[in-house]
Amino acid sequence: MYAQLVETGSKRVKTLEEMSPEERTFQEKVDAEIKIEPKNWMPDAYRKTLVRQISQHAHSEVVGMLPEGNWVTRAPTLKRKLQLMAKIQDEAGHGLYLYSAMETLGASRDEEIEKLHQGKAKYSSIFNYPTLNWSDMGAVGWLVDGAAIVNQVVLQRTSYGPYSRAMVRICKEESFHQRQGYQILLDMMREGTEEQKAMVQDSINRLWWPALMMFGPSDEDSPNSQQSMAWKIKRKSNDELRQMFIDQTVPQLEFLGCTAPDPDLKWNEETGHYDFGEIDWSEFYEVLKGNGPCNRERIATRKKAIDEGTWVRQAAKAYADKKQQKQRDAA
Amino acid sequence: MSEEWPLYEVFVRSKHGLNHRHVGSVHAADKEMAMENARELYTRRNEGVSIWVVPSNNITASSPDEKEPLFDPSQDKVYRHASFYELPDEVGQM
Ligand SMILES: [Fe+2]
Ligand SMILES: [Fe+2]
Repeated sequence: MYAQLVETGSKRVKTLEEMSPEERTFQEKVDAEIKIEPKNWMPDAYRKTLVRQISQHAHSEVVGMLPEGNWVTRAPTLKRKLQLMAKIQDEAGHGLYLYSAMETLGASRDEEIEKLHQGKAKYSSIFNYPTLNWSDMGAVGWLVDGAAIVNQVVLQRTSYGPYSRAMVRICKEESFHQRQGYQILLDMMREGTEEQKAMVQDSINRLWWPALMMFGPSDEDSPNSQQSMAWKIKRKSNDELRQMFIDQTVPQLEFLGCTAPDPDLKWNEETGHYDFGEIDWSEFYEVLKGNGPCNRERIATRKKAIDEGTWVRQAAKAYADKKQQKQRDAA
Repeated sequence: MSEEWPLYEVFVRSKHGLNHRHVGSVHAADKEMAMENARELYTRRNEGVSIWVVPSNNITASSPDEKEPLFDPSQDKVYRHASFYELPDEVGQM
Protein backbone atom coordinates (compact mmCIF):
# COMPACT_ATOMS: atom_id res chain seq x y z
CA MET A 1 0.00 0.00 0.00
CA TYR A 2 2.27 2.84 1.11
CA ALA A 3 4.72 0.24 -0.12
CA GLN A 4 2.66 -1.33 -2.89
CA LEU A 5 5.17 -3.48 -4.70
CA VAL A 6 8.28 -4.57 -2.86
CA GLU A 7 10.70 -6.86 -4.64
CA THR A 8 12.10 -9.53 -2.27
CA GLY A 9 14.37 -11.23 -4.78
CA SER A 10 12.71 -14.59 -4.27
CA LYS A 11 9.57 -16.18 -5.64
CA ARG A 12 9.75 -19.19 -3.35
CA VAL A 13 10.21 -19.43 0.39
CA LYS A 14 13.03 -21.68 1.63
CA THR A 15 12.13 -24.47 4.02
CA LEU A 16 13.86 -24.58 7.42
CA GLU A 17 15.89 -27.58 6.16
CA GLU A 18 17.25 -25.62 3.22
CA MET A 19 18.48 -22.78 5.43
CA SER A 20 21.95 -22.21 6.84
CA PRO A 21 22.15 -22.50 10.65
CA GLU A 22 22.17 -18.68 11.00
CA GLU A 23 19.18 -18.33 8.72
CA ARG A 24 17.30 -21.00 10.60
CA THR A 25 17.90 -19.31 13.97
CA PHE A 26 16.71 -16.05 12.43
CA GLN A 27 13.56 -17.60 10.95
CA GLU A 28 12.73 -19.40 14.18
CA LYS A 29 12.94 -16.09 16.02
CA VAL A 30 10.62 -14.48 13.50
CA ASP A 31 8.21 -17.43 13.76
CA ALA A 32 8.20 -17.05 17.54
CA GLU A 33 7.31 -13.33 17.15
CA ILE A 34 10.64 -12.22 18.63
CA LYS A 35 11.58 -8.83 17.16
CA ILE A 36 14.71 -8.52 15.07
CA GLU A 37 16.87 -5.62 16.22
CA PRO A 38 19.51 -3.65 14.25
CA LYS A 39 22.56 -5.52 15.56
CA ASN A 40 21.05 -9.00 15.17
CA TRP A 41 22.16 -11.21 12.30
CA MET A 42 19.69 -11.11 9.39
CA PRO A 43 19.69 -12.50 5.85
CA ASP A 44 20.95 -10.04 3.30
CA ALA A 45 17.72 -10.26 1.32
CA TYR A 46 15.68 -9.44 4.45
CA ARG A 47 17.78 -6.33 5.03
CA LYS A 48 17.56 -5.22 1.39
CA THR A 49 13.83 -5.83 1.16
CA LEU A 50 13.22 -3.91 4.36
CA VAL A 51 15.27 -0.95 3.15
CA ARG A 52 13.16 -0.97 -0.01
CA GLN A 53 9.89 -1.27 1.88
CA ILE A 54 10.63 1.28 4.61
CA SER A 55 12.06 3.80 2.15
CA GLN A 56 8.98 3.44 -0.10
CA HIS A 57 6.85 3.98 2.94
CA ALA A 58 8.88 7.05 4.00
CA HIS A 59 8.84 8.53 0.49
CA SER A 60 5.05 8.10 0.44
CA GLU A 61 4.68 10.09 3.64
CA VAL A 62 6.87 12.87 2.27
CA VAL A 63 5.40 13.04 -1.24
CA GLY A 64 2.00 12.68 0.41
CA MET A 65 2.38 16.18 1.86
CA LEU A 66 2.25 17.74 -1.61
CA PRO A 67 -1.41 17.17 -2.60
CA GLU A 68 -2.45 18.66 0.74
CA GLY A 69 0.13 21.43 0.71
CA ASN A 70 -1.72 22.61 -2.38
CA TRP A 71 -4.65 23.67 -0.17
CA VAL A 72 -2.98 25.30 2.83
CA THR A 73 -3.32 28.81 1.44
CA ARG A 74 -6.84 28.10 0.21
CA ALA A 75 -8.39 26.50 3.28
CA PRO A 76 -11.83 28.04 3.86
CA THR A 77 -11.27 29.05 7.50
CA LEU A 78 -8.36 29.63 9.85
CA LYS A 79 -9.44 26.60 11.89
CA ARG A 80 -9.27 24.33 8.83
CA LYS A 81 -5.95 25.82 7.84
CA LEU A 82 -4.41 25.09 11.24
CA GLN A 83 -5.76 21.54 11.19
CA LEU A 84 -4.41 20.94 7.72
CA MET A 85 -0.99 22.28 8.63
CA ALA A 86 -0.88 20.09 11.74
CA LYS A 87 -1.74 17.05 9.64
CA ILE A 88 0.89 17.86 7.03
CA GLN A 89 3.52 18.34 9.72
CA ASP A 90 2.58 14.92 11.12
CA GLU A 91 3.19 13.40 7.68
CA ALA A 92 6.65 14.99 7.59
CA GLY A 93 7.20 13.42 11.00
CA HIS A 94 6.04 10.03 9.73
CA GLY A 95 8.56 10.27 6.91
CA LEU A 96 11.31 11.06 9.40
CA TYR A 97 10.41 8.26 11.84
CA LEU A 98 10.61 5.88 8.91
CA TYR A 99 13.88 7.20 7.44
CA SER A 100 15.28 6.90 10.95
CA ALA A 101 14.14 3.25 11.16
CA MET A 102 15.62 2.64 7.70
CA GLU A 103 18.99 4.04 8.75
CA THR A 104 19.27 1.44 11.51
CA LEU A 105 19.67 -1.07 8.65
CA GLY A 106 22.78 0.74 7.44
CA ALA A 107 21.10 2.60 4.58
CA SER A 108 21.85 6.27 3.91
CA ARG A 109 18.98 8.72 3.91
CA ASP A 110 20.54 10.94 1.24
CA GLU A 111 21.17 7.98 -1.04
CA GLU A 112 17.62 6.68 -0.74
CA ILE A 113 16.18 10.14 -1.41
CA GLU A 114 18.44 10.44 -4.42
CA LYS A 115 16.95 7.16 -5.73
CA LEU A 116 13.49 8.67 -5.39
CA HIS A 117 14.53 11.70 -7.40
CA GLN A 118 16.02 9.53 -10.13
CA GLY A 119 12.78 7.59 -10.40
CA LYS A 120 14.43 4.40 -9.09
CA ALA A 121 12.42 4.26 -5.85
CA LYS A 122 8.66 4.05 -5.67
CA TYR A 123 6.08 5.73 -3.47
CA SER A 124 2.35 5.16 -3.18
CA SER A 125 0.45 5.62 -6.44
CA ILE A 126 -2.30 7.59 -4.68
CA PHE A 127 -0.20 10.74 -4.41
CA ASN A 128 0.03 11.05 -8.17
CA TYR A 129 -3.58 12.20 -8.39
CA PRO A 130 -4.37 15.92 -8.24
CA THR A 131 -6.39 17.59 -5.46
CA LEU A 132 -8.80 19.77 -7.39
CA ASN A 133 -11.14 21.22 -4.80
CA TRP A 134 -11.46 21.69 -1.05
CA SER A 135 -13.55 18.59 -0.55
CA ASP A 136 -10.55 16.61 -1.82
CA MET A 137 -8.91 17.48 1.52
CA GLY A 138 -11.83 15.76 3.19
CA ALA A 139 -11.75 12.76 0.88
CA VAL A 140 -7.97 12.38 1.18
CA GLY A 141 -8.09 12.43 4.98
CA TRP A 142 -10.99 10.02 5.13
CA LEU A 143 -10.11 7.57 2.33
CA VAL A 144 -6.33 7.83 1.91
CA ASP A 145 -5.42 8.07 5.58
CA GLY A 146 -8.18 5.54 6.26
CA ALA A 147 -6.55 3.06 3.89
CA ALA A 148 -3.15 3.87 5.38
CA ILE A 149 -4.47 3.09 8.87
CA VAL A 150 -5.76 -0.34 7.83
CA ASN A 151 -2.32 -1.17 6.51
CA GLN A 152 -0.31 0.41 9.28
CA VAL A 153 -2.25 -1.09 12.14
CA VAL A 154 -1.16 -4.58 11.08
CA LEU A 155 2.39 -3.40 10.44
CA GLN A 156 2.74 -2.55 14.13
CA ARG A 157 3.40 -6.29 14.47
CA THR A 158 6.09 -6.36 11.80
CA SER A 159 9.19 -8.41 12.69
CA TYR A 160 11.75 -5.59 12.55
CA GLY A 161 11.83 -3.73 15.88
CA PRO A 162 12.56 -0.15 14.74
CA TYR A 163 9.96 -0.40 11.93
CA SER A 164 7.36 -1.77 14.31
CA ARG A 165 8.00 0.99 16.85
CA ALA A 166 7.76 3.67 14.16
CA MET A 167 4.39 2.17 13.16
CA VAL A 168 3.08 2.31 16.72
CA ARG A 169 3.97 5.99 16.89
CA ILE A 170 2.43 6.70 13.48
CA CYS A 171 -0.81 4.87 14.24
CA LYS A 172 -1.33 7.00 17.33
CA GLU A 173 -1.31 10.10 15.13
CA GLU A 174 -3.31 8.83 12.18
CA SER A 175 -6.79 8.73 13.60
CA PHE A 176 -6.84 12.52 13.90
CA HIS A 177 -6.05 12.66 10.17
CA GLN A 178 -8.94 10.48 9.18
CA ARG A 179 -11.43 12.16 11.51
CA GLN A 180 -10.58 15.68 10.36
CA GLY A 181 -11.06 14.53 6.75
CA TYR A 182 -14.40 12.89 7.40
CA GLN A 183 -15.57 15.93 9.34
CA ILE A 184 -14.79 18.21 6.39
CA LEU A 185 -17.08 16.07 4.24
CA LEU A 186 -19.78 15.80 6.91
CA ASP A 187 -19.87 19.59 7.29
CA MET A 188 -20.18 20.06 3.55
CA MET A 189 -22.95 17.47 3.27
CA ARG A 190 -24.91 18.80 6.25
CA GLU A 191 -24.54 22.53 5.85
CA GLY A 192 -23.28 22.93 2.31
CA THR A 193 -25.00 24.29 -0.79
CA GLU A 194 -26.01 21.95 -3.60
CA GLU A 195 -22.77 22.80 -5.39
CA GLN A 196 -20.74 21.95 -2.31
CA LYS A 197 -22.53 18.63 -1.89
CA ALA A 198 -21.84 17.86 -5.54
CA MET A 199 -18.20 18.65 -4.89
CA VAL A 200 -18.05 15.98 -2.17
CA GLN A 201 -19.52 13.37 -4.48
CA ASP A 202 -17.10 14.40 -7.21
CA SER A 203 -14.12 13.97 -4.85
CA ILE A 204 -15.32 10.50 -3.90
CA ASN A 205 -15.84 9.58 -7.55
CA ARG A 206 -12.28 10.52 -8.41
CA LEU A 207 -10.51 9.14 -5.32
CA TRP A 208 -12.47 5.94 -4.61
CA TRP A 209 -10.67 3.63 -7.04
CA PRO A 210 -7.19 5.10 -6.51
CA ALA A 211 -7.73 4.59 -2.74
CA LEU A 212 -8.55 0.89 -3.33
CA MET A 213 -5.40 0.59 -5.46
CA MET A 214 -3.32 1.68 -2.46
CA PHE A 215 -3.37 -1.91 -1.20
CA GLY A 216 -1.40 -3.07 -4.23
CA PRO A 217 -2.04 -5.79 -6.83
CA SER A 218 -4.45 -8.59 -6.05
CA ASP A 219 -2.97 -11.62 -4.31
CA GLU A 220 -2.52 -13.77 -7.41
CA ASP A 221 -0.35 -10.99 -8.88
CA SER A 222 1.82 -10.51 -5.80
CA PRO A 223 4.69 -12.97 -6.27
CA ASN A 224 6.76 -11.36 -3.52
CA SER A 225 4.07 -11.61 -0.87
CA GLN A 226 4.90 -15.12 0.29
CA GLN A 227 8.47 -14.28 1.25
CA SER A 228 7.39 -11.01 2.88
CA MET A 229 4.77 -12.88 4.89
CA ALA A 230 7.31 -15.52 5.99
CA TRP A 231 9.58 -12.72 7.19
CA LYS A 232 6.57 -11.03 8.81
CA ILE A 233 7.33 -7.70 7.20
CA LYS A 234 3.89 -8.09 5.69
CA ARG A 235 1.18 -9.47 7.95
CA LYS A 236 -1.94 -9.63 5.82
CA SER A 237 -2.42 -10.02 2.08
CA ASN A 238 -3.33 -7.10 -0.19
CA ASP A 239 -6.81 -8.47 -0.88
CA GLU A 240 -7.53 -9.11 2.79
CA LEU A 241 -6.57 -5.54 3.70
CA ARG A 242 -8.55 -4.10 0.80
CA GLN A 243 -11.65 -6.02 1.90
CA MET A 244 -11.23 -4.82 5.49
CA PHE A 245 -11.05 -1.25 4.25
CA ILE A 246 -14.13 -1.55 2.07
CA ASP A 247 -16.15 -3.22 4.81
CA GLN A 248 -15.43 -0.45 7.28
CA THR A 249 -15.73 2.41 4.79
CA VAL A 250 -19.03 1.72 3.02
CA PRO A 251 -21.22 2.39 6.09
CA GLN A 252 -19.39 5.72 6.54
CA LEU A 253 -20.01 6.48 2.88
CA GLU A 254 -23.71 5.79 3.32
CA PHE A 255 -23.83 7.93 6.44
CA LEU A 256 -22.50 10.83 4.37
CA GLY A 257 -25.31 10.26 1.92
CA CYS A 258 -22.91 9.66 -0.93
CA THR A 259 -22.26 6.76 -3.32
CA ALA A 260 -19.20 4.96 -4.67
CA PRO A 261 -18.50 4.97 -8.41
CA ASP A 262 -18.91 1.19 -8.46
CA PRO A 263 -22.23 -0.35 -9.61
CA ASP A 264 -21.10 -3.77 -8.33
CA LEU A 265 -20.60 -2.60 -4.76
CA LYS A 266 -23.14 -4.37 -2.56
CA TRP A 267 -23.45 -6.22 0.73
CA ASN A 268 -23.14 -9.97 0.47
CA GLU A 269 -25.21 -11.65 3.17
CA GLU A 270 -23.48 -15.00 2.62
CA THR A 271 -19.86 -13.89 2.96
CA GLY A 272 -20.54 -11.12 5.44
CA HIS A 273 -18.51 -8.74 3.28
CA TYR A 274 -19.14 -6.20 0.56
CA ASP A 275 -18.69 -7.39 -3.03
CA PHE A 276 -17.07 -4.87 -5.32
CA GLY A 277 -16.17 -4.41 -8.98
CA GLU A 278 -12.92 -5.13 -10.81
CA ILE A 279 -10.12 -2.59 -10.29
CA ASP A 280 -8.59 -1.10 -13.44
CA TRP A 281 -5.13 -2.58 -12.97
CA SER A 282 -3.78 -1.08 -16.18
CA GLU A 283 -4.28 2.37 -14.61
CA PHE A 284 -2.52 1.20 -11.44
CA TYR A 285 0.56 -0.06 -13.31
CA GLU A 286 0.69 3.04 -15.51
CA VAL A 287 0.71 5.32 -12.44
CA LEU A 288 3.34 3.13 -10.78
CA LYS A 289 5.48 3.34 -13.92
CA GLY A 290 5.46 7.11 -13.65
CA ASN A 291 2.61 7.97 -16.01
CA GLY A 292 -0.04 9.14 -13.56
CA PRO A 293 -1.51 12.64 -13.79
CA CYS A 294 1.02 14.18 -11.35
CA ASN A 295 4.09 11.87 -11.19
CA ARG A 296 6.47 14.27 -12.91
CA GLU A 297 5.22 17.28 -11.00
CA ARG A 298 5.58 15.53 -7.63
CA ILE A 299 9.17 14.47 -8.19
CA ALA A 300 10.09 17.84 -9.66
CA THR A 301 8.67 19.57 -6.57
CA ARG A 302 10.57 17.30 -4.18
CA LYS A 303 13.80 17.76 -6.12
CA LYS A 304 13.39 21.50 -6.20
CA ALA A 305 12.85 21.61 -2.43
CA ILE A 306 16.03 19.63 -1.79
CA ASP A 307 18.10 21.50 -4.37
CA GLU A 308 17.04 24.94 -3.26
CA GLY A 309 17.68 24.04 0.38
CA THR A 310 21.24 22.90 -0.31
CA TRP A 311 22.84 26.22 0.59
CA VAL A 312 20.93 26.33 3.87
CA ARG A 313 22.18 22.89 4.87
CA GLN A 314 25.72 23.77 3.84
CA ALA A 315 25.62 27.04 5.76
CA ALA A 316 24.32 25.34 8.90
CA LYS A 317 27.09 22.75 8.64
CA ALA A 318 29.77 25.39 8.08
CA TYR A 319 28.49 27.36 11.07
CA ALA A 320 28.49 24.25 13.27
CA ASP A 321 32.03 23.33 12.19
CA LYS A 322 33.27 26.85 12.89
CA LYS A 323 31.67 26.91 16.30
CA GLN A 324 33.25 23.59 17.15
CA GLN A 325 36.64 24.82 16.00
CA LYS A 326 36.31 27.89 18.24
CA GLN A 327 35.46 25.73 21.23
CA ARG A 328 38.49 23.56 20.50
CA ASP A 329 40.77 26.61 20.23
CA ALA A 330 39.46 28.01 23.50
CA ALA A 331 40.07 24.73 25.32
CA MET B 1 24.61 15.90 -2.88
CA SER B 2 26.11 17.67 0.10
CA GLU B 3 27.62 16.05 3.15
CA GLU B 4 24.98 14.45 5.38
CA TRP B 5 24.42 16.07 8.79
CA PRO B 6 25.47 13.83 11.69
CA LEU B 7 22.95 11.57 13.39
CA TYR B 8 21.77 12.03 17.01
CA GLU B 9 19.84 9.52 19.11
CA VAL B 10 16.88 10.98 20.95
CA PHE B 11 15.72 10.06 24.47
CA VAL B 12 12.53 11.44 25.99
CA ARG B 13 11.35 11.50 29.60
CA SER B 14 7.61 11.23 29.20
CA LYS B 15 6.66 12.18 32.76
CA HIS B 16 8.38 13.44 35.88
CA GLY B 17 9.64 10.47 37.83
CA LEU B 18 10.21 8.21 34.82
CA ASN B 19 13.45 7.34 33.02
CA HIS B 20 14.38 8.77 29.66
CA ARG B 21 13.51 6.34 26.89
CA HIS B 22 15.01 6.00 23.42
CA VAL B 23 12.49 7.14 20.80
CA GLY B 24 14.46 7.43 17.55
CA SER B 25 16.99 9.68 15.89
CA VAL B 26 17.39 12.97 14.04
CA HIS B 27 19.96 14.50 11.72
CA ALA B 28 21.27 17.93 12.67
CA ALA B 29 24.25 20.20 12.01
CA ASP B 30 24.95 20.60 15.74
CA LYS B 31 23.57 19.67 19.14
CA GLU B 32 21.39 22.77 19.46
CA MET B 33 19.69 21.98 16.18
CA ALA B 34 19.43 18.33 17.19
CA MET B 35 17.50 19.45 20.27
CA GLU B 36 15.15 21.64 18.21
CA ASN B 37 14.56 18.91 15.65
CA ALA B 38 13.94 16.33 18.37
CA ARG B 39 11.40 18.62 20.03
CA GLU B 40 9.62 19.20 16.75
CA LEU B 41 9.67 15.53 15.75
CA TYR B 42 9.11 13.56 18.94
CA THR B 43 7.15 15.82 21.29
CA ARG B 44 4.40 17.44 19.22
CA ARG B 45 1.67 16.22 21.57
CA ASN B 46 2.97 16.54 25.14
CA GLU B 47 4.97 13.34 24.86
CA GLY B 48 7.73 14.62 27.08
CA VAL B 49 9.02 16.83 29.85
CA SER B 50 12.71 16.39 29.07
CA ILE B 51 14.83 15.45 26.04
CA TRP B 52 18.38 14.14 25.67
CA VAL B 53 20.16 14.13 22.32
CA VAL B 54 23.38 12.12 21.97
CA PRO B 55 25.61 11.86 18.89
CA SER B 56 24.95 8.33 17.61
CA ASN B 57 28.63 7.58 17.18
CA ASN B 58 29.20 8.24 20.89
CA ILE B 59 27.05 5.31 21.90
CA THR B 60 28.72 2.01 22.72
CA ALA B 61 26.25 -0.86 22.42
CA SER B 62 26.57 -4.44 23.56
CA SER B 63 26.68 -6.88 20.70
CA PRO B 64 24.02 -9.61 20.48
CA ASP B 65 26.78 -12.18 19.77
CA GLU B 66 28.26 -11.51 23.19
CA LYS B 67 24.92 -11.94 24.89
CA GLU B 68 25.95 -15.12 26.71
CA PRO B 69 29.31 -14.08 28.18
CA LEU B 70 27.87 -10.63 28.98
CA PHE B 71 24.74 -11.66 30.81
CA ASP B 72 25.65 -15.17 32.02
CA PRO B 73 27.36 -14.04 35.23
CA SER B 74 24.05 -12.67 36.52
CA GLN B 75 22.19 -15.92 35.97
CA ASP B 76 23.66 -18.11 38.69
CA LYS B 77 23.47 -15.55 41.49
CA VAL B 78 20.10 -16.46 42.86
CA TYR B 79 21.06 -14.99 46.21
CA ARG B 80 20.65 -11.53 44.63
CA HIS B 81 16.89 -12.00 44.61
CA ALA B 82 14.67 -11.52 47.66
CA SER B 83 12.81 -14.73 46.85
CA PHE B 84 15.98 -16.69 47.73
CA TYR B 85 15.54 -15.96 51.43
CA GLU B 86 12.75 -17.97 52.98
CA LEU B 87 11.37 -16.71 56.25
CA PRO B 88 8.80 -18.28 58.59
CA ASP B 89 5.22 -17.14 58.01
CA GLU B 90 5.05 -15.68 61.51
CA VAL B 91 7.52 -12.94 60.51
CA GLY B 92 4.90 -11.52 58.17
CA GLN B 93 5.54 -9.30 55.14
CA MET B 94 9.14 -8.25 54.58
FE1 LIG C 1 1.19 9.29 7.65
FE1 LIG D 1 -1.82 10.53 7.81
